[in-house]
Amino acid sequence: MAETQYEVDLGNLLAFDAHHQFASPPSSREEIVKEALEQGTKLVQAVADALFNLPSTEDLEGPIVKLPAPTSRLPREKPLPKPRPPTKWEVFAQKKGIQKRNKEKLVFDEQTGSWKRRHGYDRVNDDNDIPIIEAKATDEPGTDPFAERRKEKKSKVEKQEKNRLQNLKQAQKAGALPSHIQLAATSLPITGTQTMPKKVSKDELQNVAGMAATSTASGGKFDKKLPGEKPPKHEKKYRKFLPAVEGSGMGDMERQQTEKVLNKLISKNSHEILNVEKAVNMYNVKREKRQRKQGGGQSSSSSKFKPNKKSFKKTSHKGSSSNKGKSK
Amino acid sequence: MRIKTQTKGRIRRELDKRAPKLVETGKKTLILHGTKTSSVLNSVLTEIYHLKKGNSIKYSRKNDKIRPFESGGEASLEFFSLKTDCSLFVFGSHSKKRPNNLVLGRTYDHHIYDLVEVGIENFRSMESFSYDKKLAPQIGSKPFFAFIGEAFESVDELKHLKEVLLDLFRGEVVTNLNLAGLDRVYVCTAVSSNKIFFSHCALRLKKSGTVVPRMELVEVGPSMDMVVRRHRHPDDSLRKEAMKTAPELTKKKVKNVVKDDIQGKLGKIYIPDQKVGDMPLTNNVKGLKEERREAKMKGEDSKPTPKKQKQDAE
Repeated sequence: MAETQYEVDLGNLLAFDAHHQFASPPSSREEIVKEALEQGTKLVQAVADALFNLPSTEDLEGPIVKLPAPTSRLPREKPLPKPRPPTKWEVFAQKKGIQKRNKEKLVFDEQTGSWKRRHGYDRVNDDNDIPIIEAKATDEPGTDPFAERRKEKKSKVEKQEKNRLQNLKQAQKAGALPSHIQLAATSLPITGTQTMPKKVSKDELQNVAGMAATSTASGGKFDKKLPGEKPPKHEKKYRKFLPAVEGSGMGDMERQQTEKVLNKLISKNSHEILNVEKAVNMYNVKREKRQRKQGGGQSSSSSKFKPNKKSFKKTSHKGSSSNKGKSK
Repeated sequence: MRIKTQTKGRIRRELDKRAPKLVETGKKTLILHGTKTSSVLNSVLTEIYHLKKGNSIKYSRKNDKIRPFESGGEASLEFFSLKTDCSLFVFGSHSKKRPNNLVLGRTYDHHIYDLVEVGIENFRSMESFSYDKKLAPQIGSKPFFAFIGEAFESVDELKHLKEVLLDLFRGEVVTNLNLAGLDRVYVCTAVSSNKIFFSHCALRLKKSGTVVPRMELVEVGPSMDMVVRRHRHPDDSLRKEAMKTAPELTKKKVKNVVKDDIQGKLGKIYIPDQKVGDMPLTNNVKGLKEERREAKMKGEDSKPTPKKQKQDAE
C-alpha cells in the first residue's frame, strides 16, 4: 500500500484512510481481519506520531498532553441554553458599580466575646433575642415594638419573594428558566379585557369524545378507538332492582324507595290535594256569614255553602282519583 | 403564579446536571431490545454495554411497542430517553426479514435525530479471543479510531454510520490526556459498499528509538460484520440547530493589536478630528470671564442707568 496522507483528527484520536481499497475482493475472512489489523496499525501509528509530539507535562501517572479540539463536528444532544437576563438587583448593581463581596461565615460577637455564625442556630444579632427595646420619642404608647419588628420582617420577606417571582417571570419570558423551577399559573385575576382562557381538563376532554360518539347511529359502539382512549362509561345494567331478600320485614332500602315515590307524587299533586280556590271560597263565605250575622242577623240558607270536609280525605288514595275530573 | 421548586438539594443538583449546557460532556447510551432477540444479538448488546460501562444503561425487558423507523413507534424511545437522560440508543431486534438487527440512533432534545439500521454477521464475542490478560483495556479509557476504506467517504450510508459509531464509542471530550492510559482501538474497515468489519483491539506500546512508541494491535474485543440496512438522516433544520455552537465560544478576532517580540503588544488607536469651530460654548467656560470683565470695564464709562427711586405713596 502506498503511503498516503491519512485524515487525522487529534481531538477524537481518529485516523481515516480515505484512499484504501482492497486490491482484490477478499477471499476469506482471515484475510480481511489481517488486512484490517495491518491498516489499523498504520493509522494508529500516524495518530500516535502526532500525539506524542505534542508538548507534554510530566505527572505521577505519566505524561499529560493537551489535546486540541476535535475537528469532526458531532451534533449536540440538547439545545443551547439561553443566557439568563440579569435580575433587577444585578442591573442596579452594574449601574452603580457595586461589587459583590463574599461575607465570612463566622462573625465576632462583642456581647459574648466569641465567634458566632452569621446565619442559623445561635447566630449573631438574632432578631428574636433582643430582650429590651428602648422606646423612641416617636413611638405611640399602645404599640408593641416586638410585634412591629415581626411585622416588618414578614413584609420584607414577602417583598423579597415577590421580587424573586418577578425575576423568574422575566427569565421565563426570555426562555432561560433554571432547570429546577417550573412556573405554574394557578388562579389569575380577571384583569380588564383579558381573562384566562379556561383550560379543559383531561376528564372533560374524555367526555367530549363520548358525547360526539352518541351522535352516531349506533351510539358510538363501533367507532374506532385511539390508543389510550377509555371505553365509554356505561353500566351494564339499565335498571336497578332492590335485592330480593333484605333482612326481615320492610327493609331500609325498600322504605326509602317507597318514601321517595310518595313524596314525589304528593308534591306533584299537592295542588290537587288541596284545592286552593275552594279553600279561599270557603274562607270568604265564612267571613260573609259572620258579617251578615253581625250585620243583620238574617240567616240565609247556608246549606249550599257548608264546607265539604270530605275533600281533605282524598290524600289516602294517592291522588289518583282526584285527577279524574281535573284538567290540570 | 406559583413556583414549583424542588427544594431538596440532591434533586435540584440532579436536575441541574440534566439541564442543557454550553459545552456538553459525554452522552449516555440506552441499550434495549424489542420483542424477539437472538442469542447473537443478546451477546452483542451485553458486550456493547461492557465496552461503555460507565455511561450506559441496559434494559433487560422486551419492549413491544418500539419501532424506530415507523412514525408512531418512537414515542416509547423518546420517553425512555427523557427519563434516563440518554441521547444515544442501541435497539436490538430479530425477525425473519431482518435477522440480528441493530438500530443505532441519536436523539436531540429527547426527540429522534437520526437512525442507522445495521445487521450483525460473523459475530465473535470477547470470550472467544485469547490474549495476554495484562493487555486488557481499562474501562472508560479514551479509544483510538481507525476507519479504513474510501467507501466511508463516497457512500452516504457508510458516512452516516461512521459518524454514529464515532459518537457512540467516543466517550467524553477531554483536553488533558494521559498518554500512559491509551490502550484501545476501534478498527472499522469498509469491506464493500454496504458492509463493514468492526473490531475492537487492545494497544500494546512497544519501545522504539524515538519518543513515539511503536503500536501493536491485539484483537481482544467483539468483532463483527455490520451490514447497513436502512438509515434515516436528520431534518435539515434540526441538523442546523443541533450543530450550532455557542457564539461565545467562537474566537473573536482582535483588530488593531499587533504583538511584537521586541516591543511587546502594540495597539493602534484612531481618534477622529475634533471639530473646534462647531462646538457650542457654554456660559461656564472660564475663558469667557476675561471677555466679560473687559466688556464691563468698557460699559462703566457710560453712566449706569439710574435706579428708579420708589415713589412714596403720594
